[in-house]
Amino acid sequence: MSATSWAWLVLLFPLLGSIAIALGFKMLPSKAAGAIGTAAIGLAFVCGVAALISLLGEAPDARHHASSLWDYASVAGLDIKLGVFVDPLSVFMVLVVTGVSTLIHLYSFGYMQSDEGYHRFFSYLNFFVFSMLLLVLAGNFVLLIVGWAFVGFASYALISFWYRRTTATRAGMKAFVINVVGDIGLVLAAFLIFRELGTFEYGEVFARAPHVFSSNEWTITAICLLLLVGAFAKSAQLPFHTWLPDAMEGPTPVSSLIHAATMVTAGVYLIARTHTLFVLAPTAADIAAFTGLATLLVAGTIALVMTDLKRAIAYSTMSQIGYMIMGVSIGAYSAGMFHLMTHAFFKALLFMAAGSIIAAMANNQNIDDMKGFGKAMRFTSITMLCGGLALAAFPGTSGFFSKDEILAYATARGGMYEIFTVLGYFGALLTAIYTFRLIFRVLPGRPCPEAQELIDTGHVHHAHPFNPATGEEEDTDVGFPGADHHIAEQSWPMRAAMGVLAFLALFAGLIQVPGLDEVVTKFLDPVFADSPLAEIVPSVGASWAGLAIGATISIVGIGIAYWLYIARPETPAMLIKRLRPLHTFLVNKWYFDELIDVLVVKPALAIGRFANRTFERLVVDGLVSGTEDIVGGSGRIVRVVQSGFVRSYALLLIVGFAGLALYFLLSSS
Amino acid sequence: MNVEWYIVLSSLLFAVGATGILIRRSPVVILLCLEIMLNAGNLSLVAFSKMVGNQQGQIFAIIVMVVAACEVVVGLGLIVAIFRRKLPLDVDELRELRG
Repeated sequence: MSATSWAWLVLLFPLLGSIAIALGFKMLPSKAAGAIGTAAIGLAFVCGVAALISLLGEAPDARHHASSLWDYASVAGLDIKLGVFVDPLSVFMVLVVTGVSTLIHLYSFGYMQSDEGYHRFFSYLNFFVFSMLLLVLAGNFVLLIVGWAFVGFASYALISFWYRRTTATRAGMKAFVINVVGDIGLVLAAFLIFRELGTFEYGEVFARAPHVFSSNEWTITAICLLLLVGAFAKSAQLPFHTWLPDAMEGPTPVSSLIHAATMVTAGVYLIARTHTLFVLAPTAADIAAFTGLATLLVAGTIALVMTDLKRAIAYSTMSQIGYMIMGVSIGAYSAGMFHLMTHAFFKALLFMAAGSIIAAMANNQNIDDMKGFGKAMRFTSITMLCGGLALAAFPGTSGFFSKDEILAYATARGGMYEIFTVLGYFGALLTAIYTFRLIFRVLPGRPCPEAQELIDTGHVHHAHPFNPATGEEEDTDVGFPGADHHIAEQSWPMRAAMGVLAFLALFAGLIQVPGLDEVVTKFLDPVFADSPLAEIVPSVGASWAGLAIGATISIVGIGIAYWLYIARPETPAMLIKRLRPLHTFLVNKWYFDELIDVLVVKPALAIGRFANRTFERLVVDGLVSGTEDIVGGSGRIVRVVQSGFVRSYALLLIVGFAGLALYFLLSSS
Repeated sequence: MNVEWYIVLSSLLFAVGATGILIRRSPVVILLCLEIMLNAGNLSLVAFSKMVGNQQGQIFAIIVMVVAACEVVVGLGLIVAIFRRKLPLDVDELRELRG
C-alpha cells in the first residue's frame, strides 16, 4: 500500500472511534469505551508507522505525495479537493501526535475511571486526535482551516469537560474566542494566497510563490503576518497566550494531550509547513522569531512564581513553544521540529505526573499545600524527575539535544541572530530553575496530610470536592472525580504510559546527536531543501560547544533551585519580601489579562453599549416606532369620518358626485 | 315629443329620491327612494335610446331593473331581520359600525 493510503487510514480510525463511542455510549460498558478509544489511536499510530516505512522505501526527493478522495468544493473556478499531503514533515507530525496520544489515552483509561463522563471524554479525545491529524495531513489550506477549527472546538469541549464548574466553562469560552481570532487570521491569509496565486493546494502554492512574489513584497508579508496570527493564537504566543493557563481547569489528560503535546504545537507546524512563504518574507519571519523569544522569556519568568502546579507547567509549555517558534522562524527547521517531539514526550509526562499528584490532592493544584510526595508516590516522583530533567535540558536527556540545537543554529546564522542564542540560554536557565522549583517543593520534605494518608493506608479519601477558585461545590454527577480518588500510579495502564514516556524523555535525544546520527534532520531534509536557510548548518564543533554551555547552564539552574528550595528554604520568602514589586508583577502574569481587558474587551463593550444606546434605541427604534406612529395617526384622522350615520355617507356621496358632475360640465363648455 | 322633457322629469325624480334618502330615517322609505333614483336613471336611459334610435339603452334599463329587484330583496330581508330582533327601524340608531 502506498503512503497516502496509510495516511487515509490514519485519519479513519480516530474518526470511527469517536463516532462509535459517541453513538454507543448507552450500550458500551465504560471499560469498553476506553479500550475502543485507545485502540483506535493505537491503530492510527501503527498506520502512521506503515506510512513512514513506505515513505522510507523511496528516494528522498520523491518523498511527497498528494492524494484526494473527492472534490470538497468545486464552484466558480474554485477547485478544492478533499486531499492529504504526505511528506516527511506530515508523517513526522502524525507519528508524534498518534504516538503521544496513544499513551495519553492509555493514561486516561485509568485516570478517568472514577469520572462519570467517561464515554464523553473518550469520544471528545478521539475527535480531537482526528482533527489534529486532519490538520497535519491536510493537502490544502482549506482543509487545514477545517482541521484548525476542529481542534479549536475539541479544545473548547475538553477544557469545559466538567461543565458544571463555572471556572472551567469560562476558561473554555476564553480559549475558544482567542482561537477564533487566530482562525480569522488564517482564513484571511488563505484568501490572500488564493487571490495572488489562484490555488489552495500546498504543492502549487509553494511552487508558484517564489515566481509571483519578490522578497519582502507587502502582499507576501501580509500573508505571513496573518498566518502568524493563526499560529500565535493556537500556540499561545504573546499576546494571544492568556487562554492557555486558564485551560488548566480541564482534566489533566487534556492538558497533557492538547495543551502540551499536540494542539499548541500546531503553530510551529504551520510555520514549518509554509516556510517557503516565510523565506520570501524575512521581516515576518523575524517578527515571529522575536515573538517566540519574548514569549519564552515572559512565560519563563511567570513560571518562576506560579503556585498552581498545572499553571506553572502551562507557562513552561508556552516558553518551550517559544523556542520552537523561534527555531522554525530563523531557519532551524528540523531542530524546531525535533524540539516539538521531545517536548511532546517530556511535557506530556510532566502533566501526567502532575495529574497523578493532583488526583491525590482532590484536584487542589496549589503547590503550597503539597509536600513529601516523593515517599508517598514513588513511581510518579521518579517519572516526574525524568520529565523535569529533560525539560531542564540536563546533559544527555532529550531536551538537552533539542533545545541546544536551535540555539547552535542561531549562533551559526550570526549577526543579530546572536541575540536569540544569548537570551535563549538565559531562558534555559529560567527553565531549569522553575522546573526544579516545582520538583523540590512537591517531592521532598515532610509529607503533607494527603501524602501521609497515602503512605499509611495506600489510598486517599477526601470530603466532597470544592472548587478552590470559587468555593462552589463540584458536581460529581456529570463527571468529576468523587471522594474516593483513583491513585494514578496504582493502575497498570497509567504506569505503562508514564514509563514509556519517561524512557522517551530521557533517551529520545540520542537519535539526534550532532555529528553522530542526526536521524530527524536527515529525515526532514527533503522538505526544507528548497529553503536557502537550510544550508546554514552549525559545525559539529560549534554544536558541541553549544551543548557544553547548555549543560553548564542546566546544572547551574538546578543548583540554584536546590540552593533556594532545599539548602536555604527561607531565601525565597526573603527574596519575595525584598523584590515585592517584581514579585507582584510576575504573580499578575505581567498584567497581560488586564492589558487585553483595557485594550480590547473594554473598548468592544463600550462600542457595544454605544451601539445599543445610540444606534439601536434612536435610529432603529426611531424608524420602527415612527412608521407605526404615522400609520396610527392617519388612521385616527380618517376614523372620524366613519360616524355610522348612513345618511351622512349618502350626503357625502351625493355632494361628491354633484361636484364631479359640475366640474365636468364646466370644463366641457 | 322632445327628449328634454324626459330629462327634466328624470332629474326631478332623481332629486326627489336623493332628498328622500337624506331626510328620512326609516329604512323602508330609504329603500323606496333608492328605487325612485334608479328608475329616474332608467327613464333617461330609455329616453336617450329613443333619441339615438337603437335598443341598447332599453336593454340596459332592463338589466338595471333586475339589479334593483335583487337589491330590494336583500334590503327588505335586512329590514325584516332588524324587525325580528326588535331593533329600532331607524338608520340613525343603527350605527354600530361607526369607526
